[in-house]
Amino acid sequence: MELINIFLKSAFIENLALSYFLGMCSFLAVSKSVKTASGLGLAVIFVLGITIPINWLIDHYLLSENGLFGMDLTFLRFILFIAVIASMVQLVEMVVEKVSPALYSALGIFLPLITVNCAILGGSLFMISKELNFSESLVFGLGGGFGWFLAIVAIAAIREKIRYSNVPAPLRGLGIAFIITGFMGMAFMALMGIDPAALVGK
Amino acid sequence: MADSKTNAKLDLKPVFFGKKEKKLLLDPLNDNNPITVQVLGICSALAVTTLTTKALTMAVAVTLVVGFSNLITSLLRKLIPSEVRMIAQLIIIATLVTVVSLTLQAVNYPMYKELSVFIGLIITNCIVMGRLEAFAMANDPWRSFLDGIGNGLGYGVILLIIAALRELLGKGAIFGFKLFGPGPDFLVDTQAISMLHWYTPNNLMVLFPSAMFVLAVIIWLHRTWNSKLVDVS
Repeated sequence: MELINIFLKSAFIENLALSYFLGMCSFLAVSKSVKTASGLGLAVIFVLGITIPINWLIDHYLLSENGLFGMDLTFLRFILFIAVIASMVQLVEMVVEKVSPALYSALGIFLPLITVNCAILGGSLFMISKELNFSESLVFGLGGGFGWFLAIVAIAAIREKIRYSNVPAPLRGLGIAFIITGFMGMAFMALMGIDPAALVGK
Repeated sequence: MADSKTNAKLDLKPVFFGKKEKKLLLDPLNDNNPITVQVLGICSALAVTTLTTKALTMAVAVTLVVGFSNLITSLLRKLIPSEVRMIAQLIIIATLVTVVSLTLQAVNYPMYKELSVFIGLIITNCIVMGRLEAFAMANDPWRSFLDGIGNGLGYGVILLIIAALRELLGKGAIFGFKLFGPGPDFLVDTQAISMLHWYTPNNLMVLFPSAMFVLAVIIWLHRTWNSKLVDVS
């Protein structure tokens, strides 16, 4: 129950893209068509679901005071987290290439982009500040990724349609995308009042 | 990028601060602004702009990180093999961000708490990575440093404009000084209102979506004024 709770919360109520506005660079750059957007969204679910639990293990067994080295090494967090993310992305890229060439050709170009997607590092840093345990951090990663996927597919669908509208020239492209994202963020703010504990009948 | 490379080869005499250096510093403020034109570093631009003081801290932090990571990467550019350059760049950035973060913790702890994860997220701020890839890997250290500082300033200017608008309209204050709206004890003493009491601060401006709208309006004005930036696609 607790885990469903965290999944719903991280996917909808605390949506990484539309409540915290993380990963905006790729959110705006790759949301021109639904197909590419869903490719990037899937890759984000994948990478968030892997890196957050790994970073949890690193934080608890290497960097914390009762970890392997027996001293407080938390100042190394940023460096280790980003190294884990960069190497995991590289690894995931190689594994996907071997196992499923079809998926690789769909995700291939987006995987390197993900290293510098703030949603990934942001997810790991939120995981620290929320003080989750291991299974919670796994669910938090998957939920956060799913929420980000939903958001980018939604905005891509809207942007595909808006191409046929008569937008003022200086607002075209980027400007109107910002306004749409703002409205979507306002819509997601309406979800903030929902208590997921009541939803799963606790 | 191609022409700046050939330029660097053309003047053999090193100029300390010539025309090109000035252009490197000032171009990102308008024609090549990292936020409104290159669309980089949006995440932090939206999240930290509820207060001008927060935006100012963030702008200084980002300017320092971009400037020095450009400088260091440019010094090491011939030693970094191109297969692992991404990880090498990220390590350089992460180290600098750790330094900035620890310094901020020591100097102003409440501000550090308020910025929460966003100081750490400078690592994935696309401006830093983008400048390293596009400029520092191909240019000499001094120019790379100037380019970094210029981009940091371009980012900071937009950040401060957004933050000033949001704080002014959302809280009726700027840098924490109350300008608009009822004073803090207006319920007790109706005379104790600030000078411009006809405006009631609108809380929506402090919330996240308003940052999107403010940024869209800034882009709109910027592109109306500088029409060569209009998106034709």
